[in-house]
Amino acid sequence: MCGIAGLIHRGRTSNVGGEMTSMLQSLKHRGPDSTGFAVYGAGSPGDYVMRVKVAEQEDMSRGRGIHQVIEERISALDGVLAEHKAAVKDSGRVTPYALRYVLSHGGDTEEMARHIEEIEGVEILSLGNGLELIKDLGDAGEVAGQYGLDAFAGTHAIGHTRMATESDVDIRSAHPYWAFPYNDVSVVHNGQITNYWIMRREMERKGHRFMSSCDSELLAVYVAHHMAKGDTLETTMRRSIEEIDGVFTYLVATKDQLGMAKDTMAAKPLVLYESDDLIAMASEEVAIRAILPQEIDTTDPYDEEVRVWQA
Amino acid sequence: MAGVTDAELKTMSQEDRAKALGMMTEQLTGRSMFIEFDEDAEARFTYPWAPEVDFNKRTEIDADALETTEVNQAIRDLMAEGYGTIVVKNPRGKHSIGVGILSRLNLIIEGSTGYFGVGLIDGPNVRINGRVGWSCGENMMSGTVVIEKNAGSTFGAAIRGGDLVCKGSVGSRTGIDMKGGTIIVGGDTGALSGFMMQRGRMVVCGNAGKNLGDSMYDGTIYVGGEIRSLGVDAVEADLTELDQAWLTRKLRQYGLLPEQGVGHFTKIVAGKQLWNYDNLEPNEKKLIL
Repeated sequence: MCGIAGLIHRGRTSNVGGEMTSMLQSLKHRGPDSTGFAVYGAGSPGDYVMRVKVAEQEDMSRGRGIHQVIEERISALDGVLAEHKAAVKDSGRVTPYALRYVLSHGGDTEEMARHIEEIEGVEILSLGNGLELIKDLGDAGEVAGQYGLDAFAGTHAIGHTRMATESDVDIRSAHPYWAFPYNDVSVVHNGQITNYWIMRREMERKGHRFMSSCDSELLAVYVAHHMAKGDTLETTMRRSIEEIDGVFTYLVATKDQLGMAKDTMAAKPLVLYESDDLIAMASEEVAIRAILPQEIDTTDPYDEEVRVWQA
Repeated sequence: MAGVTDAELKTMSQEDRAKALGMMTEQLTGRSMFIEFDEDAEARFTYPWAPEVDFNKRTEIDADALETTEVNQAIRDLMAEGYGTIVVKNPRGKHSIGVGILSRLNLIIEGSTGYFGVGLIDGPNVRINGRVGWSCGENMMSGTVVIEKNAGSTFGAAIRGGDLVCKGSVGSRTGIDMKGGTIIVGGDTGALSGFMMQRGRMVVCGNAGKNLGDSMYDGTIYVGGEIRSLGVDAVEADLTELDQAWLTRKLRQYGLLPEQGVGHFTKIVAGKQLWNYDNLEPNEKKLIL
C-alpha cells in the first residue's frame, strides 16, 4: 500500500510545493518509508535544473570515509559537466548527499546524463526545464522541510508516500521516478506490476537503463520509451493498460501535463476532483480535503480509465 | 446407484450415467439452517444493552479537530445519554466514521467520509450529505444508509441486510460478496459489481461496468442502463411483475424512481452452472467423463 497524489492548476501558478506536502502528509499512513515530490516550476528558458544524489541517506552512518567518497563523486560530476561544456549557473548541496544544479547546455543532454551516471554512486533524480524531483526517507513534512519545498511556486506536482514491499527502503527505490532521459517526465505509482521482469528485459534490450529493482521504475522507462518515439502521453498511457499486467494506478507529469491511468481491475484507489482551475487526485479523499476544506464533489475513476489534463 | 453394475454404466450415455449415479437429483446438503420467522421474537433483533434513545433529542459533533476514534466514541457517549439524532459536521474524508453502531440512531453526516464509513452497523438510519470512500457500509446488518453524492469502490462489500443507497455513482466491485440486504445506486457502477454475490438485491439505475455478477451464487441484480459485459455464470432473466413492483416501491422510497418507470431494467441472476453447484469431486467426474 502506497499513497499517490497529483494536482494541476490551469493557467496559473500556486504554491504546489506546500500543497503537495499537505496532501502527502495526510497520506502518511499509506507509506511511512519514504516520500517523494515532482514539482514543476516555470524554469528559465534554455536552462536545465538537475537534481542528483551522490549517496544514499543510510550511507552517511557508515563512517567518516563516506564524506571523502562524496567529495570525490562531486568532483567527478563537475568534471563530466565541464567535459560536456555545461555551464553551471547555480549549484547547491541541499543535504550531504543531494545536490541541485542549474545548467546551461547546448549539447546532447542524454549523452551527458549517461556519462554522469557512469560515476559510481551517482544518480540523476531529474533533469529538465521545469521539473524538480525530490525524494528521501521520512514523511512529507520532514522531506519538504529538509529540501525547502514548503513554498515552491509552480503549476503542477505529483507525489508519493511509499510502503516498501518488493525492494529496499532507500532513495533509489523511492518515487517519483524520472523518465530517463526524457526531460521533465516523472511517474508515481501505487500497485504491483506482475510482468515486471518480462517488460524490463524488453526495455533493456532496447537500450534503457534501470537504477533500481522497484517495479514502479518500469512505468517511467516505459513512458520515456514511447514518448521518445513520438507518442503522446495519452496514447502511451492507454497502451500501458494493454501491455502492463498487474494492479496499478499511476500518475505521469510532463512539463505541462498531468495524466492518470488505472488498470483493468481498478484494484488500486484514486479519488478525483475537477474544477475549471484545479484538478486534484489522490489515493484517498483525505488528501484532497487537506488542500480543499470546503465541500466538493469527487469521483472514483473506473477501470482502464486514462485521463490527461493540460496546465 | 444401487442396482447399476459397472458393466451397465459403461454402456450408458453420459447423461444416463450421470442420472444413474444420482448426480442430477441429489440434494445439496450442509446449507444454512432454516428458522421460521417469529415476529414476537423481538429479543433476536435488539441487543439487551442497546441504549434507549429519543429521536427528538438532537445534538452535533464537530469532527474537524477530532481523530476517528474520538468521533466514534463521542457518538457512543451521546447515545448513552439518550440522544437519538446526532449530526457529525466536518468529517473531511476521515476513515471509519460511524462504524459499529449496533442499535437505533439517526446519524447525519454533513460532509464526506473516507474508507469504511458506517461499516459493521446493525440498525441505525444514516444520511451522508457528501461522498463516501471505499467500502462504505461494509458488513452492515440492518438499518438504512443514504449517500447524496458518489461512493468509492467495494460499496456495500459483504453486506448482510438493510438498505444501502448511493444517489450518485459508485466505483468498482460494488456489493462484492454481498450476503443479503439491498444496494441501490442512482448512477453508474464499475467493474465486477456483484462479484461472488450470495444473496440480496442490487439495483443500478445507470450503467454497469464489465463482468457484472461474476461468479455470483445467488441474489438478483437489476440494471437500468447499459451493461458492459456479464461475468462468468451471470445470466439475464425475465423481469416479472413482482420484480417491477418491488423496484418501483424501493426506488420511490429513495426518490430514485425514473420517470419512465422500471420496465426497462435488466434482471441478472446466477446461471448456477459453475463447478460449485454440483456435488462431485474431480475424481468422481472422471468416472463419468
